[in-house]
Amino acid sequence: MNPLIPLLVAVPLAGAFLIMILGKFVKDINKYIATLTLMFLVAATLVLMAGTGSDVAVYRLGGWDNINGIPIGIYMVSDGLSGIVLCIINVVGLLSVIYSFTYISRYTSENNYYALFCLMVAGMNGVVLSGDLFNIFVFLEIAAISSYALVAFGVGRTELEATFKYQILGGLASLIILFGIGFIYWRTKTLNMADIREVMGSETGKPLYLLVQMLLLCGFGLKAAVIPFHAWLPDAHSSAPSPISAMLSGVLIKAVGIYVLIRLFFNMFIISNETAVLITTLGTLSMVFGVFLAIGQWDIKRLLAYHSISQMGYVVMSAGMGMILLSKGIKPEVAALAVAGALFHLINHAAFKSLLFLNAGAIEYRTGTRDLKEMGGLAALMPATSSTSLVASMSISGIPPFNGFFSKLIIIIAAIMAKFYLLAVIAVLVSIITLASFLKFQRYAFYNREAANNGNNIREVPFPMVLSMVLLTLFCILLSLIAIPQVRDVVLTPAVNVLIDPHLYTSPILGM
Amino acid sequence: MTVYLLCFILFLVGLYGIITRRNLVKIVISLSIMEFSVFLFLALIGYVEGGSAPIIDPATPGGIYVDPLPQAMVLTAIVIGLATTAMLMSVIIRIYRKYKTLDVREIKNLRG
Repeated sequence: MNPLIPLLVAVPLAGAFLIMILGKFVKDINKYIATLTLMFLVAATLVLMAGTGSDVAVYRLGGWDNINGIPIGIYMVSDGLSGIVLCIINVVGLLSVIYSFTYISRYTSENNYYALFCLMVAGMNGVVLSGDLFNIFVFLEIAAISSYALVAFGVGRTELEATFKYQILGGLASLIILFGIGFIYWRTKTLNMADIREVMGSETGKPLYLLVQMLLLCGFGLKAAVIPFHAWLPDAHSSAPSPISAMLSGVLIKAVGIYVLIRLFFNMFIISNETAVLITTLGTLSMVFGVFLAIGQWDIKRLLAYHSISQMGYVVMSAGMGMILLSKGIKPEVAALAVAGALFHLINHAAFKSLLFLNAGAIEYRTGTRDLKEMGGLAALMPATSSTSLVASMSISGIPPFNGFFSKLIIIIAAIMAKFYLLAVIAVLVSIITLASFLKFQRYAFYNREAANNGNNIREVPFPMVLSMVLLTLFCILLSLIAIPQVRDVVLTPAVNVLIDPHLYTSPILGM
Repeated sequence: MTVYLLCFILFLVGLYGIITRRNLVKIVISLSIMEFSVFLFLALIGYVEGGSAPIIDPATPGGIYVDPLPQAMVLTAIVIGLATTAMLMSVIIRIYRKYKTLDVREIKNLRG
């Protein structure tokens, strides 16, 4: 019963509340409260992860214990996988808040911005920590509704159009998820994920089991923007203010989409071979189509948004390969490698994609445009932005020694060891096209001297923005260390073990 | 069984509306119809034949009660649905001020 677990949700909620009340009376207190809240969350996450280690910590709200092995009441669960995603959410959140100090001062109603930001973080922390399906739905809606408002924060024509699309598709996804939850409750009379695994375990392959799987796959696939469900992502992520784009692309689609998909299909459902193949196919399609849609874009943020779809495809594909191997019951060590590659790429993508969106925001802050054709020669004028974005571009394209190289390498090695040679080839090709697309970004934005007619008033962005970008660059380089086996054992292995062996997840919750 | 089928038909009516309507307000109404069909479904799965409200009366032990958990879920989901609808309507008002129209075919700045 670690008291930090509920505090991770309660503190940002209280922070949002305080900002709205105190912000009316005290000028500039909003950013201090937001920063302190996020700093507390980062510290609490690290303490929680260090305390939990490879165990699964269960917090029973209100002290309602199991009765005859049946969980009643609301449980919050923290294990290796939650720890990783919590780290991503809170670290990227803190850096985005620091970046927002100067960036968001161009807009009015800063109080609303910081309050909604804290609410979004509270929702995502809640999704990651909750142990039952209905709480996942509630926290997901908290995160989603605040992100709808944040996407529309500029209230221009494009922002409003993007947020309307995002809200309709997001609302549709929530309803499909709720429909699926209803079917599960109808059959099992429980909402706890570990308990559902026990109760529904004997029903694998029955029509209802498949229906529920497909409903939840569609719902969370819409939230994660896997390819047939991706239509809202480029609009929403490119129209939002840049720190919010960094949060949406770097964190939100992972916390409410990919994380829940991985958690449900590894730990709640008993995965069948057909579903695993379907998930791998969806991941591969996202990977390929995302990058082909990205390469023709001239708007920087749309280009980055399409690359998010493509990079999330890597994660879904790699996790799907793990599922296929697990469902066949062969080569468990290769399955573990594939899942580790997926989680490693998830962490890396958070670092480099939020950095790239912050770079795009910095360029927009100084030049006032997002169109690559109108930029050029920024390398000399904005050295910090230019060098950090070079590191991020090389990371996402998979150039050694940056972090993206190692995670893609692990995924490709896992594909070859599992004898999915086609997937390995596709992964390499997509990586090469990604490199081409980012060479275009670098050349047109930073090095194209002839187009440098933007006037003389372009200089480096203010210090808080540079600080966030430099810290994320350090993460891009340091995260490569996870490739070393000793570090991997500490960071990734607890999460992989929980996913590979669902018994580790269910037994502490059911008290067996 | 008929009730569940009718509930599912309501869900499909909402989905049809979202796909085919051109007016922003009508799209939101369709989304609400879908929402209510899901709420109805949740309320239905908690119903027990001949059950009464789940307040235990010590005078008549062993009575039949309906399942209270889906009702709590529906209440929570209604509040969430209210927030979503309010948010959508306020966005529609802002869209109307910028574009002077509610037709989705004319609101197409973003594509590609």
